[in-house]
Amino acid sequence: MDEVDTRLLKLTQDGIPFVHSPFAIISEELGITEDEVVQRIEQLQKNGFIRRFGASIGHRAIGITANAMCTWNVPDERVEEVGAVMAGFTEVTHCYERPRYPDWPYNLFTMVHSYTKEDCEYVAQEISRATGITDYNLLYSVREFKKTGVRL
Amino acid sequence: MIQLDDIDKNILNLIQLDFPLDVHPFEKMSFQLGISEEELLERMGRLKEEGAVRRIGPVINTKRVGGTSTLVALKAPESKIDEIAELINQHQEVSHNYLRQADYNIWFTVSAANKERLEQIINDLQEETGCPLINLPTKRLFKIGVKFDVK
Repeated sequence: MDEVDTRLLKLTQDGIPFVHSPFAIISEELGITEDEVVQRIEQLQKNGFIRRFGASIGHRAIGITANAMCTWNVPDERVEEVGAVMAGFTEVTHCYERPRYPDWPYNLFTMVHSYTKEDCEYVAQEISRATGITDYNLLYSVREFKKTGVRL
Repeated sequence: MIQLDDIDKNILNLIQLDFPLDVHPFEKMSFQLGISEEELLERMGRLKEEGAVRRIGPVINTKRVGGTSTLVALKAPESKIDEIAELINQHQEVSHNYLRQADYNIWFTVSAANKERLEQIINDLQEETGCPLINLPTKRLFKIGVKFDVK
């Protein structure tokens, strides 16, 4: 990633305008062609600096209001296997292993987004059935205080 | 909740993972959707206004760009939730912050340029809020691919 790439990310991270030539202003500011802007974005994606270039959806606004963080207490020796199974569920958008604490035994985290709480509960039950992990919690988000993309 | 017709739903499903990288991306999309670019832009404007689309831009891979991030859970007393959430939000490095129903009731993510800075922010937050918190950095990543299937 060179300095132009960094500036390019900074100029686009709050979103491009919805117009016929959304990269025109950026290309002028960077002193490169619009084609080069697009090529650089492709390259950034190819090299993994960005996961994708696309839309962030206001899932609440369109009714996907149930957002459960499921936390699972998985025996350490089964994390690899169980994590892979959980990640295979399409309703699971994120799946991570995280550390435990004395008052926090849950080491696997899956995010489940759906239209209703019942959907989320159903998915969690299915995951539990598929993995045999029965010690888990569903932590619903009650309020959103902040949500922005990761910024440079 | 806003009303979406089938074209809106197609748009929302397309722009998440398959936004065309092109000098004229909306024109390209309009061909795929079978509507005019003008109509697409009009719909996009409305979807943005109504909150269905937040932005179209890069989803930055913090780790890959040299940064580091973590998830923090904090126990805030019921009566001070708003005040503490605000203290947390004031840090620009906090990207997500939610109230959840649990003993650890405030959950937020922090990204920073390096480990030292990240630890500094967490220490600051511990001091500012006076609340117990646990730092939950990712040990292993199994999946990250937020795509909402708009039905």
